[in-house]
Amino acid sequence: MFNLGKYFLPPAKSTFAHNTDALFNFITTTGAYLLLGIVVVMIYFVIKYRRRSEDDVTSLVDHNTTIEIVWSIIPLILVLVIFSWGFKDYYKLFTPPQDSYEINVTAQQWLWKFKYDNGKTTMNKLHVPAGRPVKLVMKSNDVIHSLFIPDFRVKHDVLPSKYSIVWFDAKKPGHADLFCTQYCGVGHSNMHADVIIQSQKDFDKWLKQGASSSNGKPSGKTMAEYGKELYQKNGCNSCHSLDGSKGVGPSWKGVFGSKVTLSDGKTVTVDENYIRESILNPGAKIVKGYNNVMPTFQGVLKNEQIDALIAFIKKQK
Amino acid sequence: MSQVNVATENKSFVQHHFVDAEQQFDTAKLGMWIFLVTEILFFGGLFCAYVVFRSWYPQTFMAASGHLDKILGGADTVDLICSSVTMALAIHYIQVGKEKLTFILLGITFLFGAAFIGSHLYEWLDEMSVGIYPGSAYAFKGISDPHAYVFFTLYYLMTGLHGIHVLVGMGLMAWLMVKTKRGRFSSEYYTPIEITGLYWHFVDLIWIFLLPLLYLVD
Amino acid sequence: MDSTETKNKIKLKVRHFPLDENPPSHYANNKKGIKSWLLTRDHKRIGIMYLCTITLVFLFAGIMALLIRLSLWNPANHIVAAKTYDILFTLHGTMMIFLFLVPGVPTTLGNFFLPMMIGAKDVAFPRLNLASYYIYVAGAIFTIFAIINGGVDTGWTFYTPYSIHSTTNVLPMTIGIFIIGFSSILTGLNFIVTMHKLRAPGLSWGKLPLFTWSIYATSIIQVLATPVLAITVSLLIMERVLHIGIFNPALGGDPILYQHFFWFYSHPAVYIMIVPGFGIISELIGTFSKKRVFGYWFIAISSLAIAFLGFLVWGHHMFVSGQSALASTVFSLITFLIGIPTGIKIFNWLATMYKGSITLKTPMLYALSFIFLFTIGGITGIMLGALSVDVHLHATYYVVAHFHYVMFGGMLIAFIGGLHYWWPKMTGKMYSETMGRISWFLVFVGFNVTFFPQFILGAKGMPRRYYNYLPQFETLHRTSTVGSWILGLGFLLMAVYLIHSLVKGKKAPSNPWNARTLEWMTSSPPIGENFNYTPVVTHGPYDFHRPVSEFLLGLAGSDGHGGNGDLHPEGGTPVTVEESNN
Repeated sequence: MFNLGKYFLPPAKSTFAHNTDALFNFITTTGAYLLLGIVVVMIYFVIKYRRRSEDDVTSLVDHNTTIEIVWSIIPLILVLVIFSWGFKDYYKLFTPPQDSYEINVTAQQWLWKFKYDNGKTTMNKLHVPAGRPVKLVMKSNDVIHSLFIPDFRVKHDVLPSKYSIVWFDAKKPGHADLFCTQYCGVGHSNMHADVIIQSQKDFDKWLKQGASSSNGKPSGKTMAEYGKELYQKNGCNSCHSLDGSKGVGPSWKGVFGSKVTLSDGKTVTVDENYIRESILNPGAKIVKGYNNVMPTFQGVLKNEQIDALIAFIKKQK
Repeated sequence: MSQVNVATENKSFVQHHFVDAEQQFDTAKLGMWIFLVTEILFFGGLFCAYVVFRSWYPQTFMAASGHLDKILGGADTVDLICSSVTMALAIHYIQVGKEKLTFILLGITFLFGAAFIGSHLYEWLDEMSVGIYPGSAYAFKGISDPHAYVFFTLYYLMTGLHGIHVLVGMGLMAWLMVKTKRGRFSSEYYTPIEITGLYWHFVDLIWIFLLPLLYLVD
Repeated sequence: MDSTETKNKIKLKVRHFPLDENPPSHYANNKKGIKSWLLTRDHKRIGIMYLCTITLVFLFAGIMALLIRLSLWNPANHIVAAKTYDILFTLHGTMMIFLFLVPGVPTTLGNFFLPMMIGAKDVAFPRLNLASYYIYVAGAIFTIFAIINGGVDTGWTFYTPYSIHSTTNVLPMTIGIFIIGFSSILTGLNFIVTMHKLRAPGLSWGKLPLFTWSIYATSIIQVLATPVLAITVSLLIMERVLHIGIFNPALGGDPILYQHFFWFYSHPAVYIMIVPGFGIISELIGTFSKKRVFGYWFIAISSLAIAFLGFLVWGHHMFVSGQSALASTVFSLITFLIGIPTGIKIFNWLATMYKGSITLKTPMLYALSFIFLFTIGGITGIMLGALSVDVHLHATYYVVAHFHYVMFGGMLIAFIGGLHYWWPKMTGKMYSETMGRISWFLVFVGFNVTFFPQFILGAKGMPRRYYNYLPQFETLHRTSTVGSWILGLGFLLMAVYLIHSLVKGKKAPSNPWNARTLEWMTSSPPIGENFNYTPVVTHGPYDFHRPVSEFLLGLAGSDGHGGNGDLHPEGGTPVTVEESNN
């Protein structure tokens, strides 16, 4: 088996890339053999059975149960193997590790904004620490974009209606390209960002330098600190406690990541999307034992402010 | 017998590529049934959108549906069912060669259709007079729920699409009446009446689904 | 008439009808004047009108393609403005898919040959057929207006929210697509009824040519899927005009819902596009190997299976869209399953060639190219169906290469092959075989040079719909552009020798390829009525071992068909055939 795939693929800069590449190689190589076989047979038949006269008598064979079963079963087995392999790896891609380092991503026409946990913001430059899982929590301010880092083999659409996730573990310090890969208008091809992979030490050093402010968030504050401010200023504190006591609304203590039961009996996990929905459309999901009295904050809280509240809620253990 | 292609019978209404009248009739019916399947998928898409919205805003739909006039909706339903009966009778009478009765019954079906359209126009005008318009033109203050306009937009879309189908049906009725008067149909040939009947029953059936979805949400 | 029914069999009196190679008038000159064409009910004339119209569409959309490739010559694009580029790829995609490939084979070769291949005199509803053509033209006019008025820049997929806000001519374009959808539905309806009701005596389902089976399967998909496109487009229009808030997140809508609606039609649509191509390849390989197509029933039923399964895989366009992992998994599994019947057809066609008598005429060159190119397209489709790999490859040039290999390398190559195969029958003229082969070579080489580098580009990370790109991709892009010029040359040559054949070509015999299906049992070009008797079918469509004369059987006394009232055929030999119509 020779590995054809490696001629097609960019360098593998994440721990996961090897998985994708292995399957890519398998399909490419198997496919190449299949194609070769078909071409050889075709050319052989064309020569061996070329027409010698208009009165040639040909075989009446138009059926062969054994062969037909064999050439149905073998491809079936092959595709089922490929399917399971792809599914196994996809599942890994869909489940970021628990201790991933989170970075917040906002896409808008036509640039990328990255926010780190200490409040620092960068534009079109994504700094990541090497050697540990990094999770990008992404949202769009306008149309659908898509974040794609070929060297890491990761991609996901970035949506205006809900958060989406991408995670990777960049092996070594270096550089990678980040593209927008969902057509979003005239600036689509220019929506490029640089991924700067640094050792944890260098990354920490960089992170401490000049945490900048953006969009009304006071500089020097982390996302969570800003979220606390909003919790007090917007009246969340009148219904939601932080110490576990039941108020007009559920307490935020330990709530993030927990499972709650709703008034209609269903259970949901309290994740970023659930919190966002509860802020913008509170009547959609009511926790059992509470009433539908929370007002909506659509038009009151901006996206960055919702992000900050979520960061604050995450800290309430 | 229609199973075998033989030389065309010398009947003026049988088109040149058909073997006999029976083949032409069967073909026309199959064509209409397939057309109705596509219509089911077409309306089905709209119903799908309705289901999605209703699952997002269940309370809104209940509140907004309550604003529609159930009595009028019920009357519309009775009207269309009666029109299907008269349509079926029209077909029956042409099958036994009673063209005059067919003409009358087609006319009554037409009138039922007109009554349906009239009632809808009245309902629409009534709603618009209090500011219930589709989409962003919605200006009714009587329901507090901010998403009520979604229900009413769907209401206009679905009744509007259905109404267009009723109008087309009425046009077909009128055309059939003209041809009946001119003696173009007989017990031997009444294919257009038969397949218009199929279409009309379908339009009736769609309304029977629309009624509970729009008028009876609670 | 003597007729007894025993177990699906009936007895008929048949005789041999000699073929008139040079009838005094044929379908194209039996009525003169432009009105006789514009108001025709003859399926053959309607097929020719469609052919002329979609050729113009192809020319226009093809020029868009050349411009796209040209503007990608340099990484830092200065040849066209970014917005112009966006308009170019949107128009190229929209026109190629909705105005060329979807109507494509069914409205042209299907219209012309379906009735002939089943021994009928026309389709079930000839006036509806003409109406379908005019509805297509009406939709095309809206599209042309959208183009002239400045184009559309959303991509042919019209994803929301971008398509809601774009200031370009989304409205006339979507209205045009809506209207063309009806043309597609009515054509499909017509063909289904024709297949059920108008088959010649003795032509049971098991004796039908595989091209007709493929048209039947395609028609079923058209009839079931296109209404959903109509609703999707209507809802998009409502969103833009009435702001109903179904797809617009700012109004509480869900942009992913749009994708579900859109792909629910557009995935079956790709089967509408390719399945007729499978039918053509069966005919070409059968005739030019002078052998029965291997696994006839498998090929026939697999077309129906693909038609059905094709409705269940739409989510494989949405693996990274925000769709749930469970949904993605189910879609991936079914996608692999649908690949199996598709792939096995390739083996069936190769097996058809085994112990055959093969001649490499131009149509056969295209058929063999199809096998090669479609296999590549299919394998790369399997690649994209694998969930983890698709995460890397989705929305890159790999996808662009994949669908061009199946749509162009598959469908269009099959179409050209069919066009060359049936050209003598439709026009009564032979084209130059040498020119056919040269042009084939240019098209085949040009195609691979254009699109194979795009697999590499995509796997290396080059996103699609990019108007400029990083310098590292320059060599591959330039190679692809050069390929597009070779392709263009090949098509130019094709147009030249085909038009030349109309004027100066040798007169074509009724059966230049020595085939056995019914369309070859009448003159080239055919007379208006197709046959001047009622054909009776006693053999299968690929029974090359039986002489051609045994395929020229008809009901005794059925000539003079057209109103002499003779219902009782005289003379003729009794023969037992299977019942045909249901």
